[in-house]
Parts: sequence; C-alpha cells; structure tokens
Amino acid sequence: MSGEVKRGYVRPLDIKHGRIDLSHGSGGRAMAQLIEELFAAAFDNEYLRQGNDGALLPVPSGGRLVMAADAHVVSPLFFPGGDIGCLSVHGTINDVAVMGAKPLWLSASFILEEGFPLADLKRIVDSMAAAAKEAGVPVVTGDTKVVEQGKGDGVFITTTGVGIVPEGVNLSGDQARPGDSILVSGTLGDHGMAIMAERESLGFSAPIQSDTAALHGMIADLLASGVAVRVLRDPTRGGLATTLNEIARQSKVGMMLQEKALPVNPEVAAACEFLGLDPLYVANEGKLVVIVAPEDEEKALAVLRAHPLGQRAATVGSVHEDAHHFVQMTTAFGGRRIVDWLTGEQLPRIC
Amino acid sequence: MKYIDEFRDGELAKGLGLAIRQAADPARSYHFMEFCGGHTHAISRYGVSDLLPDNVRMIHGPGCPVCVLPVGRVDMAIRLALECGVILCTYGDTLRVPASDSLSLMKAKARGGDIRMVYSSADAVKLAQANPEKQVVFFAIGFETTTPPTAVAIKQAQALGLSNFSVLCCHVLTPSAISNILESPEVRQWGTVPLDGFIGPAHVSTIIGSRPYEFFAEEYRKPVVIAGFEPLDVMQAILMLVKQVNEGRAVVENEFARAVTRDGNLKAQNLVAEVFELRRQFEWRGLNVVPYSGLRIRKEFAGFDAEKRFPVAYVSVADNKACECGAILRGVKKPQDCKLFGTVCTPENPVGSCMVSSEGACAAHYTYGRYKDFQ
Repeated sequence: MSGEVKRGYVRPLDIKHGRIDLSHGSGGRAMAQLIEELFAAAFDNEYLRQGNDGALLPVPSGGRLVMAADAHVVSPLFFPGGDIGCLSVHGTINDVAVMGAKPLWLSASFILEEGFPLADLKRIVDSMAAAAKEAGVPVVTGDTKVVEQGKGDGVFITTTGVGIVPEGVNLSGDQARPGDSILVSGTLGDHGMAIMAERESLGFSAPIQSDTAALHGMIADLLASGVAVRVLRDPTRGGLATTLNEIARQSKVGMMLQEKALPVNPEVAAACEFLGLDPLYVANEGKLVVIVAPEDEEKALAVLRAHPLGQRAATVGSVHEDAHHFVQMTTAFGGRRIVDWLTGEQLPRIC
Repeated sequence: MKYIDEFRDGELAKGLGLAIRQAADPARSYHFMEFCGGHTHAISRYGVSDLLPDNVRMIHGPGCPVCVLPVGRVDMAIRLALECGVILCTYGDTLRVPASDSLSLMKAKARGGDIRMVYSSADAVKLAQANPEKQVVFFAIGFETTTPPTAVAIKQAQALGLSNFSVLCCHVLTPSAISNILESPEVRQWGTVPLDGFIGPAHVSTIIGSRPYEFFAEEYRKPVVIAGFEPLDVMQAILMLVKQVNEGRAVVENEFARAVTRDGNLKAQNLVAEVFELRRQFEWRGLNVVPYSGLRIRKEFAGFDAEKRFPVAYVSVADNKACECGAILRGVKKPQDCKLFGTVCTPENPVGSCMVSSEGACAAHYTYGRYKDFQ
C-alpha cells in the first residue's frame, strides 16, 4: 500500500443541464468547484493561478495609473454581435483606454441569480475570456455572489480595469478649444438598436449587430501618430449627443454638428424611425469620439480609417465659443436646432 | 431611407421656403396654429421656422396628448397603482406627467407601484393574460389616433373572457378642442391671439377624415390645411395657408392626401362608436372643462371600465399657479413667457405638462430651440 491518500472522485459540474443554486455563492466546496472548473479554467493566467484573495501585480515603472469600473446589467444577455460577457470586457477596457492609457488588468465580479443555467454562464464566461485574450488584458481577480431567485436577473457583471498612461499624454474632457474638429470613428447607434430590436422582436431580415469592441488598439495608433488629440470619449449610454454635451460643459465651449455628416447604418436609421428614437442618443459600445486640433483633422481621420474598427470614421462638426455651452446641429433639412442632453431614460438596461 | 428622406429633402425645403417668402405679403403678418404636437415636434426638430420669413409665425396648439391630461386624471392612475394594487400600464410619456403631491407615475413606480410602459394597447391585454392573478389597468390617453386600438383591446379582452383587464379611458376629441380655441375670448372678442388658419392634424385625420374641419372653415372663416408630420409636409401646408389667406378663401385643403380622405377610416370610426360614447364634459389641462370633448366606455362594456370597477373618482386639481401651460396650450402665451421655463421647469423636472413630452411646446422649444432666446 502506498502512503498517499486516494483523492475522492468529484463529479464535474453538469454544465449542460446544471443551474446555479445558493451553494455556489456560499464559500464552500460548490463555490470552489464553480470557480475552478468555470472561471479559472476560462480566464487562466499567472496572477489568477496565485489563488489568493487578491492578485499580486508588478508595479509599472513610470506613467500614471488609471482605474475604471463598469457594471453591466444588459437585457437580453445575448444579442446579435455580442453578449454581456464580451461587453463587460470591452466596456471597461474602453473606459481605461480613452484616458490615453494602455489597459493592463481586469477584475470581474459576478452576481448570479439562483436558477441561472450553467450552460448560459459558461457561454458568457467563455465570451469574456475570448474578449480578454484578444485584447491582451487578462482578468486577474474576481468574485462570485449568488442571490435568490427573483432578486437578480440572470447575471450582473462588474469589471474594473487598471491601465497606465505614459508621461506626456494628458487627455481630459476639458481640453476642447474653439476651432477644434469633432470626429467619430464610425456609425452611430448600432449597439442600442441591436439590443432594442432583439428586445422588441422587431425581426429585421438582417439583424442589427452590436458594435461592441475594444478600442485600445485604435487609440494607441491615434496617439502614436502624433496628432494633437484634445479629448477622447466612447459615446456609450446617451449616445453621441450626451457625450458631446458633457465635453462642451467640461471645456466651456459650444459645438456645431452637421447632420448630413453623421454616419448611421440604414437599418439603424430605419429602426430608430420606427421606434421614434434618435440615433444621436442611442448607445455605442465600440465607437470613439475624437476632438482634435483643426490642422490634424485629416491625419487623424486617416489613422482612424486605417484601423478595422474605424473604416467609417468621419468629421461630424466643430467646436466654437459659446457661453451657454450649447451643442447645436445644422439639420439636413436646412434649419438649426439644439442637440440637448438626454432627458429621462430612452432605453433602459442597454449595457 | 426610401420614402422618408424624400420628405426631409433640404433642397426642396429651400425651394418651398422661397415660395412662401414670395407668396407672403410683406405688408401683413400671418399667424398659423399647428394643432398637433407632431407638427410642433417636426417644426422644432428640423428647424422649419428658420426657413420661414419673419412675418409668418407658427403658434403651437394643444394637440399633445399628455400635455392636455389634467393632474386629476394622473392622480387616478397613481391611486390605482398604489392603493388598488393593480398593474398599471400606459404609453411612455405619460409616466413623467406631474401629478399631485410631487408625484408622477414614474415616481409612484419607485414607491412600489407596479407601473409598466407599453408600446401598444395589445401589450396591455397580453400582460393581463400573463398575470391572471393580478388586475391589469390600461391608462388610455390620446386623441382619435389612439382610440381605435383601445377599442380593439377591449373587444379582444371580451373575446378572451378576461376578467382582470380594464381601461381608464381618458381619450379626447380634436374637433372639440379646436372649437374651444376658436370660441375663446382671446380669439373671438379681444383678438389677443391672432389666428389666420390651422395646420390640421395628420394621424388624427386619417381616422376622422377631413370633413369635421369643414365646419370651422365655414363658421369661423379660418382656412385649414391638413398636413403630414414630415417637415416638407408642414412647409407645403404653410404655403397653401398663405395662399388661402391672400385670396380671402377659408376652406379645408388636404396636403396629406396620401393618407387622409374626406370620410376617414370608417371601420375605425364604427369600432370606436361601438365601444365608446361621449362624456358630457371632460376637463383638459389648459382648456378647462370642455363639453362633449372626451369619451367613456359604453355600459355594454362596463366590465372593462376601470372607473366603474375600482373606487377611484375624478377630483379636479388646479395646476401650479405660476405654470403657464394653460395659456401656452391655447396659444395665448409662448413658452419663453413663462417665468418657470428653463429655470424651475425643465424636461428633467417638469412642473407643467408641456415640458414633458417631446411634442409639448415647452419641451420642444427647450430641447431644440432655446439657443434663439440668447441671440
């Protein structure tokens, strides 16, 4: 007889038919198994493998740290072009990246509802892991909690991202100056309308795809090109209109958009028309607003268009002096109007 | 977008703007009321007034369904949700209309009321089917356009034998509101509201037809041009109105001939007549009590009438004293004339109902046009 104690057989998680129950959040063996077989397996990296309560990370030399958090409650969990998993990775990476930072690490915490199918959870976790891998930003720590049935809605995911901004890069919403050009990296409203079309079963023959994507690659190209970037933002909830109003207020300037220049996919425009929505206020999850010095407009456009995520980049307006900080638009019809802050909630639970 | 962009063409708009400028007599001014909130919204959103000469002015009318909903009616809906424990469902904008005690349906929802937004009356019936253990009340508001779908919902609920579905009927009638404005002392006696003609409703007219307006044209000598909700429709209608005024004519003309006939949608009219009957009177925000201006559910369908089924009686509640919504809805004042506009009253915290819906005169001016106040 050998001196080793025989390891007891542990039945693996029944991913196909199993469901989350309260024991998966209890801190006991069931939770350890869920973490090991699902989360650790998918996200595997050297920091996660440390297996401690927190990840021990090397302190980067030089630059400044950026930290951003983003909670995701999107409904439905799966939609054309993505799901809550990849969305939760992209959303936080983008928040870090628009500060001019190189995203380094992510944390992920899950609030799971009792009864949630393990098969769906695995799909979500695999999608997150794939998105993190593609972006080169590992999930280094995380947490799991389970709430009783009816107290959640399947799964909520909160991610936090840490990145580093090199010295000399100073992006902030208060840097827009009169004369600057306003660029967007592509079509507006794709994510919001993908969710809305799915939710309302609009049944378009070609479903609208969410634009969810990590933008740090395109941002790195833009910053490396040497153009004088003043402000970077990703126009998520509230759409382009809300983002520009935020920047106008922070920078104490006015803006004038040209409606004819706004890139919008025809199916998104049609769905918006049908539902009485305005693409200017609909969420994006893979688009960038870039405010640059006017002399760098062409160069910035060329850099954006050279990247696969920026092929439909366009100049949509300019910054001017305005004590009231209005964002206005010359309509395609030939009139003028304000593009105001979003009022109320246009589309709840979009991300 | 095909069939949409054609109606928003900037070049055509420029041409129409020029035609209006040429037709308008520089020696006089023209004041036209667009009755519908849909027109108000189109005018503000596309910047139509920027393309009009200075002597052609648009006056915003009362045709915004949530704007004319009086506080007392919203109070009833809130009581249904909070006190009677029903699932109350209604159209989106209604949720934000200010009611008594600083409440709105949205705030009542945060206090635990089961209040849901629906896109159609059919969704409300589906909710009742899906929740057989709960009472579901559809808070039905709007002009003649939204009335037939409510009638369909009631008939559907009857066919399904639903005993947990009812309707709080607050449907109102366009012609009564137009008469009320034309009969108002500001228009008839004092002449403080100059009114040279109306842009007639688009969607409402698809149901009721153009015939009901003939009386106004004839009796009050006011031209009416029924127009679609696209900005080019509005401009074309303005040109037609200018020409009628110039020629001293006052007739009903139909710019929206692609959708509106003289008789309207008879099937929808019959359906409405089968399910609803006239109320002796109905209180409107801004217009006060207007005789025979609202609908109630006929006694044959009393089982689906929330006012009969639940202990909620209508109590009239006065508007905030400083709020000018009433005068704005009658065309007597402009949003900028109100002391609360843009200060205490904003789309985020509306005091009056005109600041709620994007079709409301105050919300439209605040959201799209307030830069003009600083020029």
